[in-house]
Amino acid sequence: MTLSEFDSFRPSEPARRRRQGVKRGTGRRRDNSDGSREMPMVPEPDFTSYYGRPVVKPAPWGDDVAIYLFLGGVAAGSALLGLGGQLTGRPILCRNARLSALTAVSAGAVALVKDLGRPERFLHMLRTFKVTSPMSVGSWILSAFSAGTAVTAVAEIDRMSGTRLPLGVLRKVLQAVEGPAGFEAAVFAGPLAAYTAVLLGDTATPTWNAAHEELPFVFVSSACLASAGLAMVTTPVRETGPARKLAVLGVLGDVAAMKVMERRMDPIAAEPLHQGKAGAMLKWSERLAVAGGLGTLLGGRNRVVAAASGLALLSASALTRFGVFEAGLASARDPRYTIEPQKNRLAARRAAGVTGDAITTAG
Amino acid sequence: MGQLTGPTDPTADAHWEHNHPRKGFFTDTSICIGCKACEVACKEWNHNPQDGNLELLGSSYDNTGSLGASTWRHVAFIEQGQERIEEARESGRALVSLGMPRIGPPQAALAGTDLADADTTPPDTADFRWLMSSDVCKHCTHAGCLDVCPTGALFRTEFGTVVVQDDVCNGCGTCVAGCPFGVIERRSNGTVKVATSREEQHAKHPTVPNEGIAQKCTLCYDRLVADETPACAKACPTTSIKFGDHDDMVDTARERVATLHAQGMTEARLYGANENDGVGGTGSVFLLLDEPEVYGLPPDPRVPTADLPRMYRRAGMAVAGMAAAAALAFLGGRA
Repeated sequence: MTLSEFDSFRPSEPARRRRQGVKRGTGRRRDNSDGSREMPMVPEPDFTSYYGRPVVKPAPWGDDVAIYLFLGGVAAGSALLGLGGQLTGRPILCRNARLSALTAVSAGAVALVKDLGRPERFLHMLRTFKVTSPMSVGSWILSAFSAGTAVTAVAEIDRMSGTRLPLGVLRKVLQAVEGPAGFEAAVFAGPLAAYTAVLLGDTATPTWNAAHEELPFVFVSSACLASAGLAMVTTPVRETGPARKLAVLGVLGDVAAMKVMERRMDPIAAEPLHQGKAGAMLKWSERLAVAGGLGTLLGGRNRVVAAASGLALLSASALTRFGVFEAGLASARDPRYTIEPQKNRLAARRAAGVTGDAITTAG
Repeated sequence: MGQLTGPTDPTADAHWEHNHPRKGFFTDTSICIGCKACEVACKEWNHNPQDGNLELLGSSYDNTGSLGASTWRHVAFIEQGQERIEEARESGRALVSLGMPRIGPPQAALAGTDLADADTTPPDTADFRWLMSSDVCKHCTHAGCLDVCPTGALFRTEFGTVVVQDDVCNGCGTCVAGCPFGVIERRSNGTVKVATSREEQHAKHPTVPNEGIAQKCTLCYDRLVADETPACAKACPTTSIKFGDHDDMVDTARERVATLHAQGMTEARLYGANENDGVGGTGSVFLLLDEPEVYGLPPDPRVPTADLPRMYRRAGMAVAGMAAAAALAFLGGRA
């Protein structure tokens, strides 16, 4: 029956959502579609949220940011390998690691700038220093790291090209500061690998925030195994002994930190780490990390096995970053991950007799 | 660096030297009629572009959806049946029995805080009710968005509010993830001028101001400096949106909730009036008639930066671990 000539233009009624496992009001269901009573104008609301709409907003970050998380880690670990090579007389490892560090950090920085809403204003990141903003701290870490890395890499390029770069008198300066620059880059390498974990942890995005205790350990481990993997791909095995050790340590740290993190997190906020695309990526990340670690341990002295293991480790690290990144975005899109952990912790505090710190008060 | 958590005066914390009182809203949802005059007034005053293509969301009379880059006031609309009203009454009564903190006046209205015997016979509609609530930026005492902003584009005004400087923001989006209430958003699209035909509107979007920049309620900073009431409060026909000094707003809210309790509406409760909560209290206080999540508000928000010192310490440990691993790789066992 139509009451109005415009009724045919109405959108079709959306299917009523019934989420499983969510407590709902019991009792009568308003299923009056037989026409005996008035139809409700709005669907029966889901009382655990406002029409299933998200409470917090996901960060407006695209894959560029996940790529940066990966590349930043690769760059950081490579700078440490570069310094190690510099100090222990492994010229090829040193050269390759330095070049890797510059390539990775440059590509990462480009990805970051590209992801800004107003890329032409990227330098505004450096108009202030705010310790409360991990993004601000990170921008300065990235800048300082890039400076040292660029000096070492340019020195390597100059050497590779047979001192043919048109440097003039600057060549002497470059050669003088090359060693200290390697140290400077290595000093900022650790912070570069770890700050991104704080950046994600210091958000209201449920899964990232719940992971803030262990995420730095996951990220530095991932940085170690990825950079070591890259060194194993680029460098002959006679110089990659330390990289192989770093890779194995990274795998151990990565797997252990991930397990501890998942166990200590709020169980509901941890769910997105196991579900959907993010869950699949993190599962494969662990498999590849273990495979790469075993390959390194057992066949790392064989050039082919070393390179294959290195690739596995690089993929594992990329998948870890993308997995954690996606899991966080997914947790922000579903109100359940915001509301349920908050309700549970509020109830737990109330049960423990703490009633003075709720946002909802009776007066 | 100011205080990261706990009760404080945000203006003094931001090193403003003069003594402006903190300004804020009190949104009394018990007298909201859902007219959305606040949404319209806000859009008009702030020249905010339209969101999307005027789509109907198909879930309720609320077709705005949520707060966002171009929607700084959002009227939520919820229809509830009898059981849910009773549940809300019960949860409100439980809140009173918890002995939640009361600070300052009015004590008179609260002579008997035990509402176990309160007459909860529904004063009006017994079968169903419509909840309408005009949501807005909370202008938190400890604002997650402000803390994590890397450029300094977000700042604390002399009125204790939080405002984006659109000529400084570079759209990094950190604040979007930093807000525990999901208020601030990066503006991506929209239309400024109303298109003359539907086809035209679908075909192309005219220039959007401040595209790619994080945007949210400014508590009409430009009006406050001229001693004017924010547009939404000015337009509200039922005085559901009240504007004034934050302390007065909290007092008004406490009086109002006590009045409603005395009338048997135990479902009434305040949201954001407690300075000991996870965000140090909000500048925009709400009177709600059900649990906050029903309105799309987080039930126990906590500013992420409150845990930042601990996060930095953990990161420091991780950095030390990484350095140790690298040292071990090069020095340990020269086999």
